[in-house]
Amino acid sequence: MAEEFLRIDKLVKTFGGNAVVKGVDLSFQRGEFVTLLGPSGCGKTTILRMIAGFERPTSGTISVEGKDITSLAPNQRKIGMVFQAYALFPNMNVGDNIAFGLKIASMPREQREARVEEMLKLIGLAGYGKRFPFELSGGQQQRVALARALAPSPKMLLLDEPLSALDAKIRVSLREQIREIQRELGITTVFVTHDQEEALSISDRIVVLNAGNIEQVGQPFEIYNKPTTRFVATFVGTLNTLNATVADAGAKTVRIGETTATIPALPTSAKAGETVALTMRPEAVALANGVDRDIMLEGKVAEVAFLGSVIRLKVDLGGNLVSVDTFNDQRTPPPAHGTSVRVGIAASDVLVLSA
Amino acid sequence: MTHVSLTADKATGPVNTGPAVSIWRSIPIGAWLGVLPFIAFALMFLIVPTLFLVSSAFVDRAGNFTLQNIIDLGTEQVVNAFSISIRISAASAFFGALIGLAMALAIIRGRLPSAIRSTVMTFSGVASNFAGLPLAFAFIATLGRLGLVTVILKTVFGFDLYKSGFNLLSFVGLTLTYLYFQIPLMILIIAPAIDGLKKEWSEAASTLGASRLQFWLYIGLPVLWPNLLGTLSLLFANAFGAIATAYALTGSSLNIVPILLYAQIRGDVLHNPGLGAALALGMIAITAIANVLYIVVRTRAERWLK
Repeated sequence: MAEEFLRIDKLVKTFGGNAVVKGVDLSFQRGEFVTLLGPSGCGKTTILRMIAGFERPTSGTISVEGKDITSLAPNQRKIGMVFQAYALFPNMNVGDNIAFGLKIASMPREQREARVEEMLKLIGLAGYGKRFPFELSGGQQQRVALARALAPSPKMLLLDEPLSALDAKIRVSLREQIREIQRELGITTVFVTHDQEEALSISDRIVVLNAGNIEQVGQPFEIYNKPTTRFVATFVGTLNTLNATVADAGAKTVRIGETTATIPALPTSAKAGETVALTMRPEAVALANGVDRDIMLEGKVAEVAFLGSVIRLKVDLGGNLVSVDTFNDQRTPPPAHGTSVRVGIAASDVLVLSA
Repeated sequence: MTHVSLTADKATGPVNTGPAVSIWRSIPIGAWLGVLPFIAFALMFLIVPTLFLVSSAFVDRAGNFTLQNIIDLGTEQVVNAFSISIRISAASAFFGALIGLAMALAIIRGRLPSAIRSTVMTFSGVASNFAGLPLAFAFIATLGRLGLVTVILKTVFGFDLYKSGFNLLSFVGLTLTYLYFQIPLMILIIAPAIDGLKKEWSEAASTLGASRLQFWLYIGLPVLWPNLLGTLSLLFANAFGAIATAYALTGSSLNIVPILLYAQIRGDVLHNPGLGAALALGMIAITAIANVLYIVVRTRAERWLK
């Protein structure tokens, strides 16, 4: 049984009467990597800043290992934090930056120097100790910031959009490195991002936030494949919507144009003749080249986007524009714009989401 | 034939005229015209007078070359004048920087209402340029022997400011008067540097266990240090070259370099333009050192904050 490390109870934060976090309850297990995901203004950074102690909650409590730390000053919390804009101290070289927390903790010089070397090796920047922050690239600066946060062996690591200021390639390699280091050290980590791909690739669990409330908490697989609200389904990944008419609610059948299909996810509350929105991921829709699926529909290719390993087609299905993802096969070129195609959908991949 | 001839013209034309056109195009004439007033101003009121002063310092009354004016800089009166000037400038720069820094920190990082900051900054803009006769009069009217504050202290609180040892026409009095424009100047110059201290630095320091005092000790002040040192030298130069306030306030009772220089140029008794030029040369050297120091440390600070 996993051990609870961090607990947030009924956390509320208001700024001038405007509620930014509206009664959030969360529990984090020891050694877990949890991502707070949501659009700008959803309250994810405010929650992180309350955990760090930079913002005082309007109400609610934050506990670490069963101890209430809500009123504890940031410098008493033993938390490591990495900021979006690196926040390295410009007057100190890399070694001194990493050693700062150790110096504050009065660690003897020899131990401090050994720890700095250890951290430099961990982030792959051995030999960079004498360089100043302005002599490093953005990715290198952020790795130093990570080493500085980890050097005093904090109880928990907070990452506030640490990859946002970096270019795409470095972002991917650094997030893999962060995850690797986090696993190696087994440190409980809270990561804030608005990038769903980042969240899906790095997290043990994701907390999807919207307008100060939790929409869904779950593993990346659950969040992506089993979204419980329309917000989660649309915010995380691309979602297709097909309008259908309920034919027989009891038999869970709907009509999409001339095609009749059985949708297991159709709620029993649906009424015959009612219009419902069927949703599915682009990869759940296949070009029906010899494939037989529960729902087969005719359409025309409206757009073709080559994304490298994946080709994304937009197919017009009687007025419904549906994205179809297909793997790139260099022996089979994608259908051209305007070509008539048949697409197949497995009924089990279809979700019927409430508005 | 015509066709061939035209083709040849087209082909050779740009080759012949190309380099000349590109040279003219490469000179930003409009931009140079824009800075022309500044160049003219600097030439007329800085470079030419400086060259004239330098040459005058090495010429005697008869117009012959001499080193006597430079040697005379070593006389007791001149050395004293430089000593008092340097001490007053250093004192007003030090206290101006200290008080100005404290005020700037309070209005920028002290969580005061934003209206306080804009009010102080506007006042500083005005006060830093308030010098000379009006400033001397303002101080005489408030802290002179019959000044408003002196009288109120005496009649209301029974405290005789002048009997306690204070004298406006003294080292302390002049330093206090200079502080009136030195403090606002410090606020104006240091405010952008304080704004440049990122909030994340103090937050990062606190997550690493540092107190506010430790943040200022290890990060805040060291980051501000080059700016502080630079501003200190600028304030020093600002006070060192001031004459109107000192002359209006103390007349010739306080022997500072600008007043001594003024006496050499205008005075009936001490009239010695050659020594005046040598004094000016000494002042230029000292203010130049202060300004060079300012530029050097500022450049270092900017490198850090890239």
